[in-house]
Amino acid sequence: MAQKALETQDMLLNMGPQHPSTHGVLRLMIRTDGEMVSECTPVVGYLHRCAEKIGENLRYEQFVPYTDRMDYLSSMSDNLGFCLAVERLMTIEIPERAKAIRVVMAELNRIASHLLAFGTYGLDIGAFTPFLYAFREREIILNMFEYVCGARLTYNYVKVGGVTRDVDKRFAEMVTNFLAIFDDRLKDYNELLSENSIFRTRTLGLGIFSPEMAVDWGLTGPNLRASGVNYDVRKAMPYSGYEKYQFDVPLGTDEVGKVGDCWNRYWVRILEMRESCKIVKQAMEGLPAGKFAADLRKIKPQVGEAYTAIENPRGELGFYIVSDGSETPTRVKVRAPSFVNLAIMSEAGKHQLIADLIAILGSIDIVLGEIDR
Amino acid sequence: MMATAASRYDWDRLGVIPRATPRQSDLMIVAGTVNAKMALVVKKLYEQMPDPKYVLAMGVCVVGGGPYYKWGYSVVKGVDKVVPVDIYVPGCPPRPEALLDGILKLQQKIARQTLAKGEPVDKDAYQVRPAIPNRKGAYAEVKPLN
Repeated sequence: MAQKALETQDMLLNMGPQHPSTHGVLRLMIRTDGEMVSECTPVVGYLHRCAEKIGENLRYEQFVPYTDRMDYLSSMSDNLGFCLAVERLMTIEIPERAKAIRVVMAELNRIASHLLAFGTYGLDIGAFTPFLYAFREREIILNMFEYVCGARLTYNYVKVGGVTRDVDKRFAEMVTNFLAIFDDRLKDYNELLSENSIFRTRTLGLGIFSPEMAVDWGLTGPNLRASGVNYDVRKAMPYSGYEKYQFDVPLGTDEVGKVGDCWNRYWVRILEMRESCKIVKQAMEGLPAGKFAADLRKIKPQVGEAYTAIENPRGELGFYIVSDGSETPTRVKVRAPSFVNLAIMSEAGKHQLIADLIAILGSIDIVLGEIDR
Repeated sequence: MMATAASRYDWDRLGVIPRATPRQSDLMIVAGTVNAKMALVVKKLYEQMPDPKYVLAMGVCVVGGGPYYKWGYSVVKGVDKVVPVDIYVPGCPPRPEALLDGILKLQQKIARQTLAKGEPVDKDAYQVRPAIPNRKGAYAEVKPLN
C-alpha cells in the first residue's frame, strides 16, 4: 500500500488494570490507530503489597507465607527459594528425604502452573475448552497438595530446614495414579490445541525474540529456552538434589514455527510438563527414608548476605537476603522472573495487531503477584 | 476464582457468567488485595456498573486487610472503605466451595429484596441480636410424667 486511503489518528488507549485478557491487574498503555499498535508500555504496581518491607519486620519463619502469595501459582517454588537462601546463610544440612520431597513438590507445582498457563493461553487465543480440561488435571494435583499440607494454593509447606509434614504411602499412590494418566491427557491437549490449525495460525512466527534479544532483556525460564538459549537453573546451579535426576531441558526449535516465537514458548511448556513427570517419578521411587526436617532451635543466620536462585515455572526466581545476625532479616529482595520478563513487552508490542499483542503477552506467562510483590 | 469457573466447581450452573466489561454486569467480585493505586480503579469500575449492582469481597485481604494488615503500607484494609460490599467471603485464598457459598448467599439476599418505592429495601433487615438470646416461651413446657 503506497498511500493510506484514510488518514487515521493515533490514540493513547488503556488496556486497563481490569481486563479479561491481562493476567491480573496489569495496565498496558497502548498507542494505536485502532488495530495496529505502535507503542506499548506496561504499567505495574496495582498489586504492590509491600512484601519486601514486611520481610524486614518479621522473623524468617513468619515470612514464608508471604512468599507463597507472591507467585501464587507456584507457591512451593517460592517457599523453596526463600528457604534455600536462609539455609545458605545458616549453613545447615538438609536431610536427604526433605530434599527429595521438596523436588517432588516443586515439580508437581511446575506441572500445575504450566497447566494453568496452557489453559489461560487458550482462553487468550479464544479457545475455551482447553481451559476446562487443564483445570481437570490441575484439580488432581491440588488434591494431592491438599492431602499433604491442607491448602490448595498457598501451601506454606517448605520451611527452613526441610518440610513441615511428611509424605506417606497414600500420597505416593496418588502420585503414581496421576502419572499413569497424565501422558494420555497430554496427548489429548495436543490434539485440542497444539495441532489446532487456528491456534497454529495465531501463534506461529509471532513475537519472535532472538537469543541475543532474550538475553539482553533478561528473560529466563521457558521464554529464554524457547529462544534457543540453554539455561536452566536446575542444571546450571543445581539445588536440593537436582543433580541426581535425569531429565532433558527442552529448547525451542525450528520444527514447527520459528525459534523464539509464541508457539515455541507454548511448546516448551508442554514438553517441560513431560520432563517434570519424569523427575517426579524418579524422586518418588528413590525417596530415601529419614527425617523430613532438620532440628532447628532458632532460625538465626550468621551475619552476611546470600543470593539463591531457583527455577520457577516462570524463570529464575532469586532471593537476596541480608542478615545482621538477628532473627529478622535486614533486607529481603526478590528477583521476580515475571517482573523482568514483562519488560520485553515494550519492545515486542511494537507494530503488532492488538490481538497479537494479547497472544504475545499470554505466551510470556506472567503472574502479577510476583511482579508487584 | 479460576477454579470456581472451571470444570469441577463450575459456577455457570448457578447462573454466573463472566463479562468483559462492568457496564454489562450485575456483580463485581473484588478478589485479591486492593492497594491505594488500585482502589481508584475499583471505585471507577463500581461507578460504571448499572443498578442494581452487588459487590462480593473475596479473600481476607479485601475483607479486612488480611495478612497485610499490620505492615502493608499501601494496602487498603478492606475494600468496603472504597465500595459498599454485600457479601464477604473470607479465606486466604477462599476455597472454591466457599466462593460458591458466597454466591448462593448473595442470591438469597437478592431474593429477600423488594423493589417497592423504586429502591431495593431489605425485608429482613439485620437486627442487633443479644449475645445471650432470651429463649423463654420458645419451647413448649415439658410436663413431668406421672
